[in-house]
Amino acid sequence: MEIVEKKNKNIGYEPILDGIPNWPVYQLSKNRKEFLEEVIQKSLARIKELRPTRKQLVEELEATVYREQNRIKRNRWRVDPADESNFWSGIKNALVELSKDDTGITKKEEEILRRIVHRYAYEIAGNFKPSSYKFARSFIQFWFRRLLNGSRVKKFGAIFRSKYALRDKIHIVGKVKMLRKLAKRGTVVMVPTHFSNLDSVLIGWVIHALGLPAFIYGAGLNLFNIKIIAYFMNSLGAYKVDRRKKNLPYLETLKMYSNIALQKGAHSLFFPGGTRSRSGAIESRLRLGLLSTSIEAQRNLYLDNPEPGADVRKIFVVPVTLNYHFVLEAPDLIEDYLHVKGQDRYFAEQDNYGSFQLLRFLFKFFTKGSNISVSIGPGLDVLGNYVDSDGNSLDAQDRIINTRDYFISNGKVCVDLQREDEYTRMLGNKIVGEYHRINRIFASHLVAFISFEMLLKRHPKLDLFTFLRLPEEEMEIDYATFRETFKRVRKEIYKMKDEGKVNYATHFKGKADEVIKHGLDNVGIFHLNRPLLKNKKGNIITRDLNVLYYYHNRLTGYDLEKFI
Amino acid sequence: MTSRNLSDKPVGVIGAGNFGSAIANILATQNKVILYARDNEVVQRIKETRENRGHKFHDNVTPTNDLESLAKQCEVIFPVVPAAHFRQMMRNISPYLYPYHILIHGTKGFDITLPEGKTVEEVKVLSRNQVKTMSEVIREESVVVRVGCLAGPNLAKELAQRQPSATVIASHFKEVVETGKRLLRNERFQVYENNDLVGVEMAGVLKNIIAIASGALSGLGYGENAKGLLISRGAVEMIYLGRALGGNIKAFLGLAGIGDLVTTCNSPMSRNFTVGYRLAQGEKLSQILMDMSEVAEGVNTIRIVKKCADYYKVRAPITERLYKVLFEGVTVQDALEQLMRYPLDVDIDFIQD
Repeated sequence: MEIVEKKNKNIGYEPILDGIPNWPVYQLSKNRKEFLEEVIQKSLARIKELRPTRKQLVEELEATVYREQNRIKRNRWRVDPADESNFWSGIKNALVELSKDDTGITKKEEEILRRIVHRYAYEIAGNFKPSSYKFARSFIQFWFRRLLNGSRVKKFGAIFRSKYALRDKIHIVGKVKMLRKLAKRGTVVMVPTHFSNLDSVLIGWVIHALGLPAFIYGAGLNLFNIKIIAYFMNSLGAYKVDRRKKNLPYLETLKMYSNIALQKGAHSLFFPGGTRSRSGAIESRLRLGLLSTSIEAQRNLYLDNPEPGADVRKIFVVPVTLNYHFVLEAPDLIEDYLHVKGQDRYFAEQDNYGSFQLLRFLFKFFTKGSNISVSIGPGLDVLGNYVDSDGNSLDAQDRIINTRDYFISNGKVCVDLQREDEYTRMLGNKIVGEYHRINRIFASHLVAFISFEMLLKRHPKLDLFTFLRLPEEEMEIDYATFRETFKRVRKEIYKMKDEGKVNYATHFKGKADEVIKHGLDNVGIFHLNRPLLKNKKGNIITRDLNVLYYYHNRLTGYDLEKFI
Repeated sequence: MTSRNLSDKPVGVIGAGNFGSAIANILATQNKVILYARDNEVVQRIKETRENRGHKFHDNVTPTNDLESLAKQCEVIFPVVPAAHFRQMMRNISPYLYPYHILIHGTKGFDITLPEGKTVEEVKVLSRNQVKTMSEVIREESVVVRVGCLAGPNLAKELAQRQPSATVIASHFKEVVETGKRLLRNERFQVYENNDLVGVEMAGVLKNIIAIASGALSGLGYGENAKGLLISRGAVEMIYLGRALGGNIKAFLGLAGIGDLVTTCNSPMSRNFTVGYRLAQGEKLSQILMDMSEVAEGVNTIRIVKKCADYYKVRAPITERLYKVLFEGVTVQDALEQLMRYPLDVDIDFIQD
């Protein structure tokens, strides 16, 4: 018998704001030009603050040109604009023509900086259009639903019925009500884990399904290489984050974009891990750059309303974990990870999947039983304190904290960047902790974890890399022993759930044999070489140790190894 | 950021022990100070005699018994209470603290949370889940985030005599370090900074173990060679333990580590040194502790650290032998002989070249 997920109680949510014109993201795009001008002005001011002398500024500009030209030479992407080389040689020439005498920052240097920041701002900016948003949304929903019904009900005509909805396939659990309330009270920054390129599309759907207005996204520019995704991303309010560009003007412009959008009340979404998790583990180190903008934006909102009792719009951070049985890119991700960790050689980020592969995956995804679960974490303020559903920050004893007090020195709200760096680090740690707490363990995660650890334990003297090179054919785990271990570890996970340290999917409980079967059937289900299978004797074997390692990593960080 | 008008506000000191009184006096040269004592009698006595534990108080010091009013008047507070009472003190003051408060503590001990009715010896394992530094206790028990600690060779008696001395203030927040510096620094008192809060706390706590050992060597009548051996091996042991417990090496090489270690290991004035000295003279621990007016943190630290060293599988020969002396009735002489037979290998192996 197939173990099914409990039906989702949530039958769908009414939108919290009626009519797209009321959405903050729409307001941003309507006043796009003014908004971007503000981003440019403030970024320029910030960069000049960080590089106050002419010498420092010119050096920064030279470094930027050098890096950009290098990038163009070494690592070009389909999405890069054609006039790039020309633009940067233009900047280079302008820099050469600068006079050498140091007489403070003049109009000329400023003009060069302005050209660069202007270019970056327009490159980053998303372009939310209500008409294409509506089209994209209904397009995705329509086809998802058709595929779903066509596959579940095995009759030809079924493809035109609507018996199953997407939410039967994608389970949204956790603090949904709170998220909806917070989105009405303040500005929400959603921070999901990042495992797959599918995440961006998935989370867009989740936001819509919960009745929330569109969020602005920081989406990796590499995604825009895939045309079909690029189309949807553009119309769903995404702005572009180019991880190749590490120069100061770019990073400051990017942060300022997010900062000002937040101050204007646009709900935002970042993947704080930066890129997809290469190892398959839940993020334990976050990129703090974009995260820091939520703290900065909150402080600026308090600065703009300096009276102690003023009604200031609060920013709420909501961690989200996405749980899959199967990650399309797993073999490449883990390969990347092992290469970097093994220090053999380094691969630049590349995607081997075009539109066709993606469609094929989507088709497989909908035609076979592989569920996805999305868990929404509790709301936090920008310092990582829990908030109640009215948006009040609470301390460990449930006393109300005024978030404004964190930005006060000598009785006044003030700017202290070092302090805020520290706050960002604290917030990052809190988010990582929440990820582990709200993570929903699937049967497939646990069978992968246990089998890999059992195999690894047989070779205590080998390091990871030597172990991974062992031939897969010789690895076989006796089913009875496996079952015992599974029951033991699962018991520990039950205990951890009672302590509030982790969560698990509904299919995770029940008869051990059935849960194990569910796990084995689903782990990495569409890979060419399955990470786990049963052989004729009923024992467990693997066809791809690296990929097994990837799925195993999902449960590292819980100290479960000692129960194997 | 640390503007002048802050100095109008009084500075708080919690704990009127030896070190607390000394700190209050240093602060009082430039600021109004409110000094909290748990015992109302002590407050009354200070009010009448202006003296406590041999410290003659500056006019700027006002004693109080009221934590609430102290928290309301002071934005900067220096808690200096024994580790065993620290958590309870934080719970008492916590309702009156806000995120803009700055707390710089001067307590060199660990906080430990045990199941009801159990002792350190009775629990199976002890790890960092149960053992916390004071800054961690502050974070757990209150909304205060601007936390720092004060460590270094600061013998209260020498401070009281205004002999030259230095301290290190550690915090993740520049603001905390700057504030502490501004409040404490004077021509006789130098203040250094460090941003490895936990490392500095660890160094301050762990050096007490070696101080007891040093007292024991003196008590046996040994001279400087033995002490040199102890200090250098002791420093290595501290670094190993500190690393296992979450600090990094650098803090141990500075004022809070080596600086404090050398001072306490040479000073008959230090409480921990006295414990070791009298043990070596053949006295029993219970008897020694009874005679002392203040807590020797090192004794408890040895109990806790020994258990942690077992859990984290760190070699800690000095701590282990001292544990046997303190709690298992082994004589100092026997412990030392065992230590001298200990198979030593490399001199320094914690710095990668």
